[in-house]
Amino acid sequence: MTAASAERLSRLLAMVPWLLQRQGVGLDEAARHFGITQAQLVKDLELLFVCGTPGHMPDDLIEADWESGQVFLGNADAIARPLRLSVDEAVALLAGLRTLAQVPGLHERAALESALTKLSAAAGDAAVSASALSVDLGRGSREDVLSAARDGVRRHRRLHLRYLVPSRDEATERDVDPMRVLNTGDRWYLEGWCHRAEAVRLFRLDRVVEIEVLDADGTPPPDAVGRDADERLFTPSAEDVVVTIDLEPAARWVATYYPVEHVVELGDGRLRVTLRAASADWVPRLALRLGGELRVVTPPQLAGEVRRRADEALAAYAEASPNG
Amino acid sequence: MAPPAHRTERLLNLVICLLSTRSWLTKEQIRAAVPQYAECATTEAFDRMFERDKEDLRELGVPLVTGSHSSWFEDEQGYRIDRGAYALPDLEFSAEELAVLGLASRVWQQASLAGPAARALVKLKALGVETDDESLVGVEPRVRAAEPAFEPLYAATRDRAAVTFTYRTRDGEASRRRIEPWVLTSRAGHWYVVGHDRDRDARRSFRLSRIEGPVQRVGPAGGYEVPPDLEPGELVLPTAEPADERMALVLVRPDRGVLLRQRAVMVEPAGPAGPAGAAQEDGPGWDAVHVVVRDVRELAQELAGYGPDVIAVEPPDLRERVIGVLGGALQGSTAAEVAAGSAV
Repeated sequence: MTAASAERLSRLLAMVPWLLQRQGVGLDEAARHFGITQAQLVKDLELLFVCGTPGHMPDDLIEADWESGQVFLGNADAIARPLRLSVDEAVALLAGLRTLAQVPGLHERAALESALTKLSAAAGDAAVSASALSVDLGRGSREDVLSAARDGVRRHRRLHLRYLVPSRDEATERDVDPMRVLNTGDRWYLEGWCHRAEAVRLFRLDRVVEIEVLDADGTPPPDAVGRDADERLFTPSAEDVVVTIDLEPAARWVATYYPVEHVVELGDGRLRVTLRAASADWVPRLALRLGGELRVVTPPQLAGEVRRRADEALAAYAEASPNG
Repeated sequence: MAPPAHRTERLLNLVICLLSTRSWLTKEQIRAAVPQYAECATTEAFDRMFERDKEDLRELGVPLVTGSHSSWFEDEQGYRIDRGAYALPDLEFSAEELAVLGLASRVWQQASLAGPAARALVKLKALGVETDDESLVGVEPRVRAAEPAFEPLYAATRDRAAVTFTYRTRDGEASRRRIEPWVLTSRAGHWYVVGHDRDRDARRSFRLSRIEGPVQRVGPAGGYEVPPDLEPGELVLPTAEPADERMALVLVRPDRGVLLRQRAVMVEPAGPAGPAGAAQEDGPGWDAVHVVVRDVRELAQELAGYGPDVIAVEPPDLRERVIGVLGGALQGSTAAEVAAGSAV
């Protein structure tokens, strides 16, 4: 079944019991409750109107009336109770709730706990399968940083950050109008309008050394648009630097860790990888760190940079012997 | 193909029909009772459509059961919906609970879980009061599973069905594995499947991004039991070696080594004389930074990454390792430059 028809049938089977309990409810309220437009709600009611028990004589059909703007429903006894959850539905929602429960300092803790209890009861046998999925959101950020960031978002206050940029090995000071706090399955980010960059930026919370909620309005400019939640967080752009590197078997993980464009097996477990990035600042650092397991092929300036820095560092070691 | 609305109408009529009946209905009775089946010109076409409809209803959680009044229908099975099992239990969710559930339903990024999560939320809304989605703004956990192996492994884990796949280890070696999956778990942004490795007869975990090619089932659903009280986190992490508690002394150029400073136990700013052992002639001088070693191999790599901005002083084995890593990087970059040069 297509996702759209599954969603619609599911909604109809949920909507009928709800409407039966609330005769005369407004079209607007019902549409809002189920998160659809009024036009879609009317289409749903029109569909219900032509369905019914076998025979399909007028007396067998569901009665639906919404002309006054209020919804009245009748003759739908067979589907008067809401359909239970399927196994996948129970797993997806229970595992989602358990993931949410890891958010530190969540204000809605009590509601979450009671929802979890009720949902487990509602899921019945299907709840057993929910142990098939488990997500660890990671603890890579301090709770005070996370809660200050959330506070800024909630109250629309400007935030001041002391933020580390390891790729350039520097600490920066920034004012940010916060838009949202999100987690992508491993670490927390703050998305907001950065006054220094004059653009929407994503900040890793584990790299925030200091955070202060300022007593200033932090509403982002109207043209500040957050990234679509379904989009990858790191999107390619035409100004990206293109880098080709060779990876020894022990450094293959690099190909799955960074957004790579092209991967070629070189044999014996070695890889040649092409990647694009907004900046290549981090490549020499990674090459130095991996001690020859990562070799920069192009651009040659980057390879030269690795050699120069390694050379310079080794010279410093030769000069400053520990006992000298 | 019938238009989607037509399909929804047919399925809704089918649900109502199978819920209203007290006796088992044969396929022929169902065909006559649901008007939309009239469009099937042949019995074969109806059979195909009915098979698919049954699957669709089961996928949505409809408890479709088969049986027969044995004395009446010796050959033919009848169908109905188990009314006792059909409905959600009598619960009510508060507005706050529904808001939390709404957030939970948006955790998943991939359609295979996002769709079911959204449907589950709508079903629960049938029990609930007016919702207020605005009460929870500004915090959004988003979990993505882009690995192609995720979908088949999730289904196999849910169904408890053994699978086989090709796996490449961290060292780059590929081999065929047969496992009974117990749990799919996401740690530090990576998905792992944990289960019983049939060939090694032991518990193993596999990173999904290192699985190559298709995942195939090699056993029936419900083919094994999952051990109770699994702690997925402990299963994935390699047995933690005790942390190296020694203190390391490293010299860091002012304003450099920002991540290192962040976890330093102590930072001594560069004095007029400078810390012992440092070359002090010109230049900006050095701060003495003290950090816990934890893992000498990892720390050596991290320090090497800073190049000439950071110099390890002690312990001596750390210093030796950093020099070794830098030597490797120097050799690697020289080789790459030579190769690039010869290609021209």
